[in-house]
This record gives sequence, C-alpha cells and structure tokens, in this order.
Amino acid sequence: MAVPLVALRGLTVDFENGGRTSRAVDGIDIEIAPGEAMGIVGESGSGKSVTWLAALGLLPGRARIGGSARIDGQELIGAPRRLLESVRGSRIAMIFQDPSSCLNPVHRIGWQLGEALKLHRGLSGAAVDAEALRLLDQVGIADARRRLSDYPHQLSGGLNQRVMIAMALAGGPDLLIADEPTTALDATIQAQILALLGSIRRDTGMAMVLISHDLGVVAENVDRVAVMYAGRLVEEALGADLFAGARHPYTQGLLAALPALTGPRRRLAAIPGTVPDPWNVPAGCRFAPRCPIAEKRCSTEPPPVHRVGLLHRAVCHRQVEAGFSVWSLPRAAE
Amino acid sequence: MLAFTVSRLLRAGVTILIVMTFAFVVLRLSGDPALLIMSVDAPPEAIKAFRQAWGLDRPVWDQYLTYIGHALTGDFGKSMRDGRPAIELVMERVPATLAITMPALALKIGLGIPAGIYAALHRNSFADRATMAVAVAGFTMPSFVLALLLVLVFSVNLGWLPASGADSPMYAILPIVTLGAAGAAIMARFTRSAMLEVLGQPYIRAASAKGVNWRQVITRHALPNAAIPTVTIIGFMIGSLVAGAIVVETVFAWPGIGRLMVSAVANRDLAVVQALLMVIAAWMVMANFAVDLAYGWLDPRVRASASL
Repeated sequence: MAVPLVALRGLTVDFENGGRTSRAVDGIDIEIAPGEAMGIVGESGSGKSVTWLAALGLLPGRARIGGSARIDGQELIGAPRRLLESVRGSRIAMIFQDPSSCLNPVHRIGWQLGEALKLHRGLSGAAVDAEALRLLDQVGIADARRRLSDYPHQLSGGLNQRVMIAMALAGGPDLLIADEPTTALDATIQAQILALLGSIRRDTGMAMVLISHDLGVVAENVDRVAVMYAGRLVEEALGADLFAGARHPYTQGLLAALPALTGPRRRLAAIPGTVPDPWNVPAGCRFAPRCPIAEKRCSTEPPPVHRVGLLHRAVCHRQVEAGFSVWSLPRAAE
Repeated sequence: MLAFTVSRLLRAGVTILIVMTFAFVVLRLSGDPALLIMSVDAPPEAIKAFRQAWGLDRPVWDQYLTYIGHALTGDFGKSMRDGRPAIELVMERVPATLAITMPALALKIGLGIPAGIYAALHRNSFADRATMAVAVAGFTMPSFVLALLLVLVFSVNLGWLPASGADSPMYAILPIVTLGAAGAAIMARFTRSAMLEVLGQPYIRAASAKGVNWRQVITRHALPNAAIPTVTIIGFMIGSLVAGAIVVETVFAWPGIGRLMVSAVANRDLAVVQALLMVIAAWMVMANFAVDLAYGWLDPRVRASASL
C-alpha cells in the first residue's frame, strides 16, 4: 500500500460513566491512501462513527481515547486543541447523518458557508459570497443566490446535505468523512447525494471514508470496505473481494441478509441474537455468542488477524474458506 | 408582521379585560367594604349612606358596567379611604417599586446569565457544582427569610446598611440584593440548562468539525441559540418588575406598589385594588408581547411562522 494519508493504529475509545467504563472502540487499525474511498460498515453501536469522531477530537470529555491517529505522520490523539482545529475542515472534513440539525438554525446558509470560507481560505467581503455561490453551484443547488439568504429550516434534508457538502469542500480537505450521509434522506435523494460525492471525489481527488450501516450503499461507492462489529474490526477487503469472498461469519451474515435482485426468491436471513451490551462484552471474539461455527476458544481468546488475500484481512479463529457461507449450514439450534 | 402585532395587541386587550372582570367579581364576593371601612358601631344610616355614595347598593352587573364604562375613559374610580383617584395613587407608587426592581433585574441578568454559562461550560466541575448549590439555595429560600438574614448581618451585626425605610439610596441596597439574589439563582439554572441543551445539538459538533475554534463555537453558534429559551425567563422577570416585590417591600417598609397592594387589600379599598391589578396585568401583558417580539428577532423559525 502507498504511503497512507491517514493511519489509525490500535485506536481505542472508552466511555466512563459512574465509575464504570465501556469500551466503544477496541483497537482499530485502518489506513487510508490519498484519494482512496473506503467504506466502514457496521450496525449502530459498532463504533464506526465514534472511531472517526475520536480521531478528530470531537467526542465529549468523558471519552478516553488511546492508540494513534495520524495524518501525514502528524499525531492527532492527545494533540493540542489548536492543532486539531487546524486539521478539522481543512485537512479532514466531516459530514453527518441528519443534515438539517447539523446546520445552525439561527444563521443563514450564506453566513455558515462564509464562516468556513473565511476560516480556511482567508476570504473577505464580496469574495466570500462569490465563492459561496460557486460552491453551492458545484454541489448542484439551483437558484444558489436565493439560497444564500435562506435559513436551514427553509431547505429540504437533501438540500441541507448538499449545503453541508459545500461547507466541507470550503476547506479543500484531503479526506472527507461521510458519516451515514444519506440515512436521513429518502431513496432517490440518497442516490443523488452519493453520485454527487462520487463526482466531487473524481474532480478534487480527495479521499473519502463512507460510514454506513447499509452494505448496498457502501458497495457501489468505495474501493475498500472495513466491517466493524461491537467496537472491533472483523474484516477488511477490496469491495469486490468482500462481496464475492467474505471470510468472517459476521460479514457473511450481513451479505446473506441482503435481498438479491436476480435469481430465485428466497427468505432473507437474519443473524440471530443481538449486539452485546457495551458494558458487558464477551471476553474472546465479540461475535462468538451469535456465531454458528463458534468453538470453545472463540469465547475466551481474542481472535487473531489472518491475512487471507491481497489487502484482505479477517479477524477470526476459524479460517473459513472463500465461497463457503457458514450460514448455509443446517442449524442445530433450530 | 403587522397582522401578528395587531392580533397580539387585541389578545392583550382581552386579557386585561378578563383580569379586570375577575378582580371586580372576586372583590365583591369577599366581603362588604362598607362594614370594614366604617367602624363596627357606626349607625346603620351612615353605612347605608356610604353604600349609596359608592354605588354599592346597586345590582352587581350595573356596578360592573359602570366600572368598565368609566375605565374605558381612563377613570378607575376613587379610593374609599381618601377619595383620591385610584389610578393616581397607584401610579405615584410605581417609581419607588421600579427603583428597586430594575436594579434587581440587572443583578439577575448580570450575575445569573454569566454564572449559568460558566457552569454549563464546566459541567460537573467543582465550580459547576458550587454554582448550582448556591443557585438552589438562592431560589429555595423564601425571600422574607433572606431579607431577615441580610438585615441581621448587615444592619444589626455590622451596622452598615439601614434595615427599613426609604430615606436615601442606601435604603434600597438590601431590598435590591434580596430580590436580585433569588432571581439570579433562577436565571443561572435556566441559562445552564439552556446552554447544555444547545451544546448537545448536532450543529455544535458540526461547527467544531468545520474547524471553528471552541471560543467561536460558543459565542457564534451556542449562545445565540441558548438565548431563545432564556428570553422566556427574562420576560417573566420583566413582567414581575411592577408586582414582584410585595413581600420584600413589606419587610423593608419600602413605599412601592407592593405595600400599597397589601394595605389596599386589607382595607377593602376596592377601586385601588382593581386599579393595581389592572396596572400589573397591563404590564405583564406588555412584557409577554415584548418576549414574543424578541423570539421573532432571535429565532428565524418563529419569524417564518409569525408571518403566515
């Protein structure tokens, strides 16, 4: 792999509450190359957003962060606030799930865009408005001039997400972290926003991390996919490899739960059980209680990382063969 | 915006009318002023003459219509005690009350809001807990208890400030502190919770993610939003500028609206009580109106719905 733009090494996040701590993110290793698009998939609570909020220092004070997160070799964990503020927006930008509540309700769109432009580009006066117009144009907002004087509540969710993207572009970032950017939007708008992100990436060459609980969304928009479960990375592979040859039982379960567009109709398979309570996680593999092929050691020893192919890692005691789905086994419990 | 203003003004008029009606009915249900004002052994003819002079012998609905009719021309009746126009008696007391409630309001805002913001920004720190402990003590303590405590310390023990009366500005200090302390405590708690609510909003995190420094996230993104709920409390406080000092004025023998109210009620001085309630209601309604306007100014979402 080329020199990484961003590298997370052994990143951990603990939340303290009333003397107890729960580990939300447990030793994440991820590298993002310049210009690359990476997808992070997982259920809610799997730590996929928290990982990136931690890297940018955006978690509340009761979060304890360990490990390392570097951009071009510059350490971000434990870095002074001033340094983090200089990275946010200008090197790494982030957009969020619910665009309408991520824009400040009492300020006009133009004001909020202008704030980012003054901050990152040092623009002032008429240049701010001109550049704001150009950005709104770039993210495909019609009638941009009128939108500048609108408030967020006057815009739809899809338009607000475009504004958020424009604001993220204002700093010319090297990496855009898109945290469930389309979850709050309806299906047609979702496709438009994803297409927009794709075309911006082609134009600007910025890298992107697309965080989603939706494998379908991730599949079509990224080069590599990492799958997270209960705060740990369970599998990482090039997109095509993951869909054709997932090795981890959890990833295979997610794929089995996807409806197929072609072929015979079949029942959608659900993974039995629930995500472990963050205050009480299993000692070994966190997926063991739900795994159909779990052995004794799975519930006591943390699983090792296996390199199973080119840029393909699976974190599992059992070495599942490619092309074999553990979910197709007859189930003893049922 | 014009339609909004007009409809609010009409509603304000209706509110004041309801207060006047209520005051009129309740006061007439609560006892015969003739018996209270005249001495117990007054001859029946004298009592009858008194009732006739004040129109108390006429049917209540007739008295009511006359009262409202006169009120519309600015005549709120005369005091049964000394025969002076009731509204005049009330209005001459207003400056004295404002002289203690306005500085108290400044104290509430000037002390309460910064304390609340500070506590919210240092949530769960020692300073936060200490501020909130003081705030709880401040607004759970009845004002007469605080007043007596202050008198005990500053008048009796230290002898720095006078305990009662209104002969010089020095006399205003203890009443102002008594009123201001409790209000500042309430203000601090509300500001703190408004601020915490705002700090938990996604747009605060989004502003940080944008690279805005923390100081500007607070001043440009959090404070303008936290101001919206805080204005409600300030509105209440402005509303009580006229009537909010009844207990404190009584304790410190301060010659304002509050003491006039206490003596007028005790004396069944109907016209004066009614005029007092009308002035107080009118002031509160105006304060509420001002709050509504302030909302529109602070919150573009309210502005949008008001212009429909």
